[in-house]
Amino acid sequence: MTDSPLPDLGTRPAPSGSGYGDALPAHLGDVMVKLEGIEKYFSDNHVLRGVNLEVRQREAVMLIGRSGSGKTTLLRCINFLEEPTVGWVEVDGLRLQADPLQARSRQHQEQIRQMRLRAGMLFQDFNLFPHMSVLANCIEAPTRVRGIARDEAVSTAEGFLDKVGLLEKRDEYPARLSGGQKQRVAIARALCMEPKVLLFDEPTSALDPELIGEVLRVMEDLAHEGTTMIVVTHELHFAREAADRVVFMEDGVVIEEGPPEQMLDEPREEGTKRFLRRFLTP
Amino acid sequence: MTVGFGSEAAKAAPIVAQVVAARRGARLRFRLIFAAVWVALVLVLGLGMWLASGAELDFVLVSGPVIVLQGAGITILVSALSIVFATLLAVLGALGRLSANPIANAAASFYVSLFRGTPLLLQIYFIYFGLPQVGIVLPAIPAGVTALSLNYGAYMTEIFRAGIQAVPRGQREAAEALGIPERLVMRRIVLPQAVRIVVPAIGNDFIAMLKDSSLVSIITVHETLFMAQRIGRSAFEPLAALIIAGAVYWTLTIIFSFFQERLERRLARGDR
Repeated sequence: MTDSPLPDLGTRPAPSGSGYGDALPAHLGDVMVKLEGIEKYFSDNHVLRGVNLEVRQREAVMLIGRSGSGKTTLLRCINFLEEPTVGWVEVDGLRLQADPLQARSRQHQEQIRQMRLRAGMLFQDFNLFPHMSVLANCIEAPTRVRGIARDEAVSTAEGFLDKVGLLEKRDEYPARLSGGQKQRVAIARALCMEPKVLLFDEPTSALDPELIGEVLRVMEDLAHEGTTMIVVTHELHFAREAADRVVFMEDGVVIEEGPPEQMLDEPREEGTKRFLRRFLTP
Repeated sequence: MTVGFGSEAAKAAPIVAQVVAARRGARLRFRLIFAAVWVALVLVLGLGMWLASGAELDFVLVSGPVIVLQGAGITILVSALSIVFATLLAVLGALGRLSANPIANAAASFYVSLFRGTPLLLQIYFIYFGLPQVGIVLPAIPAGVTALSLNYGAYMTEIFRAGIQAVPRGQREAAEALGIPERLVMRRIVLPQAVRIVVPAIGNDFIAMLKDSSLVSIITVHETLFMAQRIGRSAFEPLAALIIAGAVYWTLTIIFSFFQERLERRLARGDR
């Protein structure tokens, strides 16, 4: 990890090492997402205490940790749905410094928007637009934000809907879909904007158990196709199958990170061990 | 075990059928009696009123249709125009009330306070009889529509504000995460959903407006109540004329309630 450009604010240091040691897996590309010294306060509550994280092109990173550990907040800091209190975010070469005092300035807002065009996000409760058909959900942003012609946007959308197995639902309204189908449409909608990285915020937490599999399968396919993704999840089996790297967070810092086998089978840090023990024993 | 269970089920089947049939019969009976009581009450009320008023059949047959046709037409015209303008004002007002801009916010809250804080009747007088003194002369119908729009717009501002706030935060976040600029998020994602939330309330206000529009009779708008009073007075049949006017408002209310219910059901279809 790189050094934070910020003074040490008395937080716990992140563990050294990129999680891979010296041997970076060959299929990974250049750095796609880089978080430097991310701190986040919600009024007095110090939620993120200096997080550094690098994610490479084609890498699938899973963020795990107890609820309240800051993993969702960290994810939301990447596309500035939460503005970090201090720190730098870089996605695909666009570097942006957190600036909560200027959060409403037009220039800062525009930069945030550019950041969001690079990072697609999936939510726990899907957030499909209920007043639009599945297809309209998918082409809304491409046509109105990217300025893509309708015909082209429709054929792109149909391609992605087919990919998530829901092409035949293109004219349905979200209310007529199951939770799993909604999340798969949400994935197609995000892909239609051709983002550089996908951010998943507990994408299966709101689903009935029998619907989780269909969403995880789509995500696993994406991971194996080399989609860069950062996933906040409690699905450790899925992490083992699909992750290049697992990152464990506790109390707003990264405690340990590494390949899934190492992280899940032989964690080194006491915090990670405690978390896994509680998680794996029913 | 299985055999025993099967025979129990065989015994149960005819009982289930009987229960279903009995329930259907009870429901039908309820509806028939309900409708019959309504018809009876309407007839008793109508006939009773007519007899009590001692109105000539001639008056009812000749003057009634004039009140109904001309009066109801203007009532609907005034109410429909006013609800449209009131809705536009309410959207602007709500955006102002939710704005981070202190000027817009203050202007919107001032508007709401002023028009909710003074009587509608006074507002109607003010626009029609007051404003000409400073050189602003509006004909009767535009003056009435202006007053009704401003007054209802103020009330509906609060409805729209609540409607916008009732759209889940995740909707805005999802749109923003897609890179949709703020203005478009409001116009394309939040407002359409807010409108669906407030349609029942707008429907209620429209029905209230149908009746409050009778207030503009005092500034000589030829709507239902005005026609009833004029015709009733000249024919010396004020009671019968007022009864006809009342029937017009009531009927309009029933018709629009029916459409409102259908619209609500249609809008609810796409719901999550």
